[in-house]
Amino acid sequence: MAELRTEEMVLNMGPQHPSTHGVLRIELVVDGEVVVDAVPHIGYLHRCFEKHAEAMNYQQVVPYCDRMDYLSSMSNDFGYVLAVEKLLNIQVPERVEYIRVIMTELQRIASHLVAVGTYGMDIGAFTPFLYCFRDREMILDLFEMTCGARLLYNYMWPGGLSHDIPPGFVEKTKAFIKHFRPTIKELNNLLSYNEIFVKRTANVGVLPAEIGINYGASGPTLRGSGVKWDLRKDDPYSVYHKFDWDIAVGTGEMGTLGDCWDRYMVKVWEMEQSLRIIEQAIDNIPEGDVQSAIPKRIRPAAGEVYVRSETARGELGYYIISDGTQNPFRVKARAPSFVNLSLLPEISRGYLIADMIAIIGSVDIVLGDVDR
Amino acid sequence: MHNFITYYLGSGLLGSLVSSLLPFVWVMTYALVAIYLELKISAHMQDRLGPMRTGKWHGWAQPLADVTKLLQKEDTIPTAADKALYILAPMLVFVGSYAAYAAIPFSPAYIGANINLGVFYIIAVSAIIVLGILMAGWASNNKWSLLGAMRTAAQLVSYEIPSSLAILAVVMVVGSFNLNDVCAAQSGWFWNWFVFGKFPFLFITFIIYFTASLAETNRAPFDIPEAESELVAGYHTEYSGMRFAVFFLAEYANMFTVAAVASVLFFGGWNSPFGTFMSGPVWGAFWLISKGMALVFVQMWLRWTLPRFRVDQLMYLSWKVLTPFALFNIFAVGLWMVLRG
Repeated sequence: MAELRTEEMVLNMGPQHPSTHGVLRIELVVDGEVVVDAVPHIGYLHRCFEKHAEAMNYQQVVPYCDRMDYLSSMSNDFGYVLAVEKLLNIQVPERVEYIRVIMTELQRIASHLVAVGTYGMDIGAFTPFLYCFRDREMILDLFEMTCGARLLYNYMWPGGLSHDIPPGFVEKTKAFIKHFRPTIKELNNLLSYNEIFVKRTANVGVLPAEIGINYGASGPTLRGSGVKWDLRKDDPYSVYHKFDWDIAVGTGEMGTLGDCWDRYMVKVWEMEQSLRIIEQAIDNIPEGDVQSAIPKRIRPAAGEVYVRSETARGELGYYIISDGTQNPFRVKARAPSFVNLSLLPEISRGYLIADMIAIIGSVDIVLGDVDR
Repeated sequence: MHNFITYYLGSGLLGSLVSSLLPFVWVMTYALVAIYLELKISAHMQDRLGPMRTGKWHGWAQPLADVTKLLQKEDTIPTAADKALYILAPMLVFVGSYAAYAAIPFSPAYIGANINLGVFYIIAVSAIIVLGILMAGWASNNKWSLLGAMRTAAQLVSYEIPSSLAILAVVMVVGSFNLNDVCAAQSGWFWNWFVFGKFPFLFITFIIYFTASLAETNRAPFDIPEAESELVAGYHTEYSGMRFAVFFLAEYANMFTVAAVASVLFFGGWNSPFGTFMSGPVWGAFWLISKGMALVFVQMWLRWTLPRFRVDQLMYLSWKVLTPFALFNIFAVGLWMVLRG
């Protein structure tokens, strides 16, 4: 029999596709179901964050930071206010630092819950997703009782916070921790160690540590490859140095080091570590006024600053140039999702279309963060 | 008296018509109930309530509202689609699922067609579904649909083999392809059912058949032809309105077909679990439907618990696990029969 003539097919995945986690378009070159090449096309959610920031004063930028990575708004604000405070050279009260850390860690758990839940859905398990959302709801309730917002908080201001924590917050947070510890076990039984789930994710989309570092990956994506790199420990900011916790890294337990399962599991382990940080912080919040250090008017001296912090998705950096006026001259955000997404072609060649979904999900991008 | 309708109305036009429409009434009612159950069961498994408002009491009218909505929708056919095939495909899929109902013995007094090759007929007629799905995928002229259709063809053809081999084991025990005879062979108390150790290997046979039948109905964890997170909606991506509803209906009809066949082959069909207690033509229908619905529930339960296999893992499971086991199983059943006389 003469050899069959076969052709490669170009397949557009997205921007309206259920599993691209937003408006991402991936141009797939496929041979049957095998992915030959994958080119991500971005920009569908571009909202001119950086240009907007130049047209308003320093305080007004905070709500825009909320909208970058809308799943971890607290962490985005945290990085921005740290940068502005460094530019102004002001010290915030200890109480503010503690509350910021608690909020950021709660946000990290909420964000990882979405990542883990939707990842299960990508693989075809619908139910864990709703369990994750049930628990995330409790965190959102905590945020709501603090600042009134459930998704975009505008909670952290340069120099302080918009509100102090309300009465009952500490008790409710403790109740959440008590509820959430067993839930992680339940999640592991239902999804993480499920035979089919492991088969689908182990040995898929392997990211060797070296390639991850060369591309500038960070966060759970890099830690999944076994690299112990977390800015909260390696370049401590705020009061993170006061707490005792471990960096979760991938172990290659189910397959190869740096596969999708490792990247997924790092998020589950990180939720446990975040609980540890919250537990230590919640009992030791010092007394004080959370708004005492807020400057009346922000007009930093001319200069520039780069501050990086660890969000749920990785290293978020803000580069701010001040020209001495009340508006920033330039704000540049180095978004973790954007950098991590650039890995996609590297780790998806040669796998099947179904694996492609697993790989996109495991890199855990938020399109708002990619496009800004 | 295999069919009470033709018994009373004669086997002329009227009798045949009523007799063949009876399962249709059942499929329609069942589909509505099953959709409601799927909504509610999935909801309760996922710690939520599901529909609560439509029709006041626990959202019982939700499926009716859904059907009404689908009926009102615009019927769109993509410009680039192959129109004739596009229209034909959902009908063919439904015909394939519905035709199987002819040979299902609902009760000792009602079987659409009491043919000697009942099981054989069901396997054969279900194969039409593959054709319909391939047609839908090809005619839509959409790459996702085509991928879904290719997956379906591979999957359905592969899984027909272990499921047929599993059925064959039961046929060997009974010595007949007729489903009424299979039921009759399991009469008496529930320990006479094939699944409970009358022949020890038949339990394994049941597991093989049930797994393969999940794949044949495109249900999770084998729902890769329509895998919504990968292929958008697979072969029916381009379908909307009532044409989509027909695919949906066919899927639910098919779920019950395999559940009914499983309950006939392994759970005594229309036999009462308690000997002669609550048995007879009417109770027979009750028992078969209850058993079928119980297995449909298991299918839903699995769907909302398990993640989805990948296409190559699916093939691996069929060819390297289920098929060898089914073959070994037939050999073991044969050996058992020879040794036990």
